[in-house]
Amino acid sequence: MSTNASIADVTAAGAEIETADERVTPLKPKRTKAFFASSIVIYLILVAIAVLYIFPFLINIATSFKTESDAAADPLSLIPQTWTTAAFRTLFINSDFPTWAKNSAIVAVFVTAGRVFFDSLAGYALARLTFRGRNVIFACLIAVMAVPSVVLLIPKFLVINQLGIYDSYAGMIIPLLVDAAGVFIMKNFFESIPASVEEQAAIDGAGTFRIFWSIVLPMARPALITIIILSFQGSWNELAQFIISAQNPALTTLTKGVASLASGSLSAGTQYPLKLAAAAIMTIPVAVMFFIFQKQIMNTSEGAVKE
Amino acid sequence: MAISLRAPGRSNQAPQKKRAPRRQGIAGWIFVSPTLIILGLFLLIPVLMALWVSFSDWSGNGSPFSAGVHFIGTKNYQQLLSGGGLAETNLGTSLRNNAWYVLLVVPIQTAVSLFLAVLVNRAVLRGRGFFRTAFYFPSVTSSVAITVLWLFLFSTTGAVNKALSYFGLHGPNWFNDPNGLVHIVFGWFGVHTGPAALTQHTALGVSWWDWLAGPSVAMTAFIIMAVFTTSGTFMLLFIAALQNLGGDVQEAAMMDGANGWQRFWRITLPQLRPTLFTVLTLGLIGTWQIFDQIYTGTKGAPENTTLTPSYLSYTSAFGNQEWGQGAAIAFILFIIIVVLTILQRAVLRERRVSKRRMRQYDPSLQSTSSKELSR
Repeated sequence: MSTNASIADVTAAGAEIETADERVTPLKPKRTKAFFASSIVIYLILVAIAVLYIFPFLINIATSFKTESDAAADPLSLIPQTWTTAAFRTLFINSDFPTWAKNSAIVAVFVTAGRVFFDSLAGYALARLTFRGRNVIFACLIAVMAVPSVVLLIPKFLVINQLGIYDSYAGMIIPLLVDAAGVFIMKNFFESIPASVEEQAAIDGAGTFRIFWSIVLPMARPALITIIILSFQGSWNELAQFIISAQNPALTTLTKGVASLASGSLSAGTQYPLKLAAAAIMTIPVAVMFFIFQKQIMNTSEGAVKE
Repeated sequence: MAISLRAPGRSNQAPQKKRAPRRQGIAGWIFVSPTLIILGLFLLIPVLMALWVSFSDWSGNGSPFSAGVHFIGTKNYQQLLSGGGLAETNLGTSLRNNAWYVLLVVPIQTAVSLFLAVLVNRAVLRGRGFFRTAFYFPSVTSSVAITVLWLFLFSTTGAVNKALSYFGLHGPNWFNDPNGLVHIVFGWFGVHTGPAALTQHTALGVSWWDWLAGPSVAMTAFIIMAVFTTSGTFMLLFIAALQNLGGDVQEAAMMDGANGWQRFWRITLPQLRPTLFTVLTLGLIGTWQIFDQIYTGTKGAPENTTLTPSYLSYTSAFGNQEWGQGAAIAFILFIIIVVLTILQRAVLRERRVSKRRMRQYDPSLQSTSSKELSR
């Protein structure tokens, strides 16, 4: 409740600032003071939250360079008492960690490409094309989203086995190629952008796929980037699907491997530096991914149509 | 794959009638077919198989459709819902744990993500990219990696307890503490056992008093983790929506003298309704399925207070070879999620503005803003 109130507070403050910027002179001096004060408050809030969000990861990185006793003695410090790369050496030399990383990479790339294409195709069809059965399909999609993935653990294994793709990349990748939530996001997005550009193109004689591919998709950039981020992240971080689709150690992904580390298969004692080093490394690709795309998230489709 | 690649050819060959509905119909089906095939093969068919397994005595050997597997009616469900045994108590406990988890995580994560989105989206803000990155960062980490980190942060000698000690507080033994938060609060007032009315009656093998225990301290650590990791993802959805709003309606309202508070509640929030719906739906569905964290972290301990239906379903089937019960638990969970999603959909449905509320705005009805708003 109090959070809601503060949201409104902040927006209120933000709105006043815009007013101050846009309106002409008479009220300006008074507003500027308010602008200054509210800005400081908002920055303080933001910085405090940001510290809260970042600090655990700094601890994570720092601890992976600590010795085990150091990690237990001073869990908060960001500077190891004695720097050691023992955890990383163990991971890369004495474990299957490199294999896990390779498998995760293969799966994530294929799944992301598949989802971007298939999700936007289906989302566009459900948002814009009129065809018989559309509403039924959409209702099914909602129902599908509600299916707990854990319902599927046992029978998905049976289907994968039946198709002869158990213990293969195909068995790990194909079931993840489409996700209902992604279709849902794309549909919502397509409904929110004006149809007039497409209508124009249709009048000019462009085919449906042409309109979709060269007009609608470029406009859908913010949503597509959301899908890319969500699906790369989703497949890189997927666990349950890989538990049931493969048992060959050569096909173990990072999630499965690190989860087995957490329950202590490789270790005696708590081994926090080792586990946290593994956690830190498996976070790098998704982090890099985000840094690449974050600028483009800012783009909007505003201005595509002049009314 | 093959089907979708044919799509461009197909639609181009079709006669170039202007906006022919039939051409759209074919294209529509081609567009959705990859989705339908994959979801059908790996979702619909498995669900039907699981449904059969939940009504059978399949023991995990061979095909569930082989001759040795029998239809046993609702026996699996009966054992879970009224069997009086361990199966019923475990299911009750897991539902209790997960219900508290959902009840706390969904509202908090939605509010936090909207709050962060509004802050970050502000046009005048400098360093916006930095803050957005900071808030989104926990979302990119896998639940496995973050659980490993959480096990360290919330361990007895971990960072959280160390930080609490600076404030003179003695932190709990987080992941080993089975006490419920509500019970702990009652304990402060000297209430350590519930009234007979609550302890005498049970539902699903769990006494009413225990249903009201609240999330255990161990589960609370998972709740904090869920808000920490998901608020960034949902913040992105809210930011994308906020950026698509366009300033004209805002400007019109501003011209009519609406202040920031009014504009947020009456203009921005209603326009965000589709996104809010998405976030709440995804949140509700996601939180009822918490599995990875439990699998990686506590495996249901301490005293089953982090046991969740999805993890119980997994261990029943793969661990105890009770495949029928495992599948039945999954379906009970499925029904809970569907019912709650439908309920939530009904509650959030777009309603016509009542006469009583309309009257509030009567003076401004003639102005341009009402036209803008109803557009």
